[in-house]
Amino acid sequence: METLRVMRQWWHNRRRLGITATPGLPRPPMRMGLQADRRFRTLLGAFAGVIVLLIGAMVVLLVSDSLMAWRQFGIIPFITGTDWNPPFKIFGALPYIYGTVVTSVMALVIATPIGIGCAVFLTEFAPRWVRTPLSLTVEMLASVPSVVFGLWGIFYFAPWLRSGVESWLTHHLDWIPLFKGPAFGIGIFAAGFILSIMIVPYITAITREVMLKVPAAQREGMLALGATRWEVVRIVVIPFARSGIVGGAILALGRALGETMAVTMLIGNRGQIKSSLFAQGATMSSVLANEFTEATFQLYTSSLIAIGLLLLVVALIMNILGRWLVSFSARNEVTGRA
Amino acid sequence: MATSTVPPRAAYGQFTPQNMRRRQIVNLIMIGIVAFCALIIIIPLVHILGVCLVEGASSLNLNLFIKAPAPPGVAGGGIAPAIVGSIIMLAIASMLGIPTGVATGIYMAEYGTRSNRYASIVRFVADILLGVPSIVIGIFVWTLLVRPFGSFSALAGGFALGAMMIPTISRTTEEVVRLVPQTIREASLALGIPYWKTVWRIVIPAASSGIGTAIVLAFARVGGETAPLLFTTLGNNFLSFNILRPMDAVPLRLFNYAIGPYEEWHRIAWATAFVLVIAILLLTIAVRRIARGRFNDGV
Repeated sequence: METLRVMRQWWHNRRRLGITATPGLPRPPMRMGLQADRRFRTLLGAFAGVIVLLIGAMVVLLVSDSLMAWRQFGIIPFITGTDWNPPFKIFGALPYIYGTVVTSVMALVIATPIGIGCAVFLTEFAPRWVRTPLSLTVEMLASVPSVVFGLWGIFYFAPWLRSGVESWLTHHLDWIPLFKGPAFGIGIFAAGFILSIMIVPYITAITREVMLKVPAAQREGMLALGATRWEVVRIVVIPFARSGIVGGAILALGRALGETMAVTMLIGNRGQIKSSLFAQGATMSSVLANEFTEATFQLYTSSLIAIGLLLLVVALIMNILGRWLVSFSARNEVTGRA
Repeated sequence: MATSTVPPRAAYGQFTPQNMRRRQIVNLIMIGIVAFCALIIIIPLVHILGVCLVEGASSLNLNLFIKAPAPPGVAGGGIAPAIVGSIIMLAIASMLGIPTGVATGIYMAEYGTRSNRYASIVRFVADILLGVPSIVIGIFVWTLLVRPFGSFSALAGGFALGAMMIPTISRTTEEVVRLVPQTIREASLALGIPYWKTVWRIVIPAASSGIGTAIVLAFARVGGETAPLLFTTLGNNFLSFNILRPMDAVPLRLFNYAIGPYEEWHRIAWATAFVLVIAILLLTIAVRRIARGRFNDGV
C-alpha cells in the first residue's frame, strides 16, 4: 500500500521534478509551445517543398510530353538528325544543337578573358573611387533585360559588326572557313557576340567573389618578397582561385545555352549547319521561341518539348558542375590550401 | 596539393632584382590590359542607355503610358495594356513567389543544419531552379496551365514569373536571416518565448530590410523576362483585366515591336526599352542603397 502511495505521489509531482519521459509509463502531454513549434516548422517545410514539387513536375511533364518524339525517332537519331521538316513530319535537332553550341562557345571564348581581366582589375588594381562605380556598372549590365539587348543588337550592334568587324574579317581572313562568305550582320557571329556581352558580368561577379577569398597574408607575403603586383596576381591569386574561375565560366556557359530573346532576334532563325560563322542559324531556345505557338500537330509539339528537355538537361549539368567547382574553391579557403 | 602551385626552385630565377625593370614594364602592361577589359565592359551599357534615350525620345510622352497600341501604319499609340498586364502578372507572380520564397529561405536558415537532409535537398533544388533556362520554364507552364485550360492566360504568365522568383528570393532571404545574431534568438528563448514566436516576432523583423531587398531583386530579375511569357500569356492588343485570357506584357510588346516592320513600332520599342531599363536599373540601385544602409547601421 505504501509503495502505491509513493508512486501516486511521484506521478503527481513528475512535472515539478522535471521528469518528462519515463519508460513504462505513459508520456506526459507535450507543452503547448513545443507543439506550436513543430507545426511552425512543418508549415515552413511545406512551403520549401513547393520548389521540389515544381522541379519534379517540370521533369515529369517534359519527359511525358516529349515521349512521342523520342519513340518516333529514337534518342540518338533525334539528336543527330539534321533535317527539321514539319510538313514531312521529320524532326532532327542537330542544326539547333549546333547553333547553341557554337554561339555559347563563341560567347565563352570572348567573355572569359575580358570577364577575368575585369575582375582582376576590380579586386587588385582599381582605386576605391573607380571600384564602386565600376562594380555598379557591371551589376547594371547584368540586369539589362535580354530583349533590350536584342533590340540594340538589331539596330546598332549587328549593322556595326557587318560594316566593321565582319567586313574586315572576310577581307583579310577569308582563308579560314569560319570567316568565309558574305556577312549580313544578322547571324551566328552576331548572336554569339551579343551573348558574350551578356555573360561577361556573371564571369566577373563570380571570379571577383572567388578572388576576394584569397587570404591577404598570401598577397602580402608575396609583396614583401619583392614581387610586382602583377606577379602577385599571376602566382598567388589566379592559381588559388582557379577552380572557382573555371566554375564561374561553366555557370556562365549554362546561362548562355539557355539565353533566348537576344539570340532569337539576332541569329537569323534558319536551321542549318554551315561552317561559316557569318551564316544564319538557329539555337535550341530560338527554335522554341519561334515555332512553339505555331506547332500544329502533336508530334511537332512533342519534338519541340524534346528540345526543351535536352536544353534543361544540358543547362542543369553545367549548373551543377559549375557550382561544384565554385564551392570546391571556397573550401580551399577554409583549409588554407592553394 | 599544397606544393603543386609553388614554382620549382629554378623558376625563381625570373624574379631577381637584376631584371626588375623588365618585370615592372610587364606589370604596367598587364595593369593596362585588365583596365582595358574593365573599360570595354562599360561601353555597351552606356551605349544602350544613350541609344534608348535618343531613339525613344520622340515617343516618350504621356500617350505611351495611357494609349492602347495603334493599328499598323497609324502613328501614335502606346503600351498601356502592356503596362497593366505586366502589373497584374507581377502581382500574380508575387502571390506565388513571395510567400513561398520567403518561407523557404527562413526554413533553410533556421532549420537547415548539416544534418537536415530535407533542407539540403531543397537548397540544391533551389540552385537548380535558378539555372533552368527561362524558356524551359515557359514550356513547363504551358504543359501545366495552358494546355489543360485550353487558353493562353495571364494566370499562366504570372505563374511562370512566380516560379522564377522563388529561388531568387529564397537564397537571398536565407543569407540575410543567417546574418541575424544568434544572441538575439537566445535572449528571446531565455525569456520563455517559443521558438516559432521568436522567429516570427524577433528574427523576421530584424531581417526585414534584407528580405525586402530579396523581393526587389526578384522583381528586377523577372520584370524584363520575355521568354517565359511567349507561350503562357501570348500577348494582346487590347486592354484586358481577365486573368484567364491572354494579356499583354511590356517586354513582350517590346519584342513584337522590335521585330515588326514599321518605323513607328521601332520608335515605340525604343521608348519602351528606355522605360523598362530605367525601371529595372532604379530597382537595382535602390537595392544597393538599402543594403549599404544596413551595413552602415552595423547590424
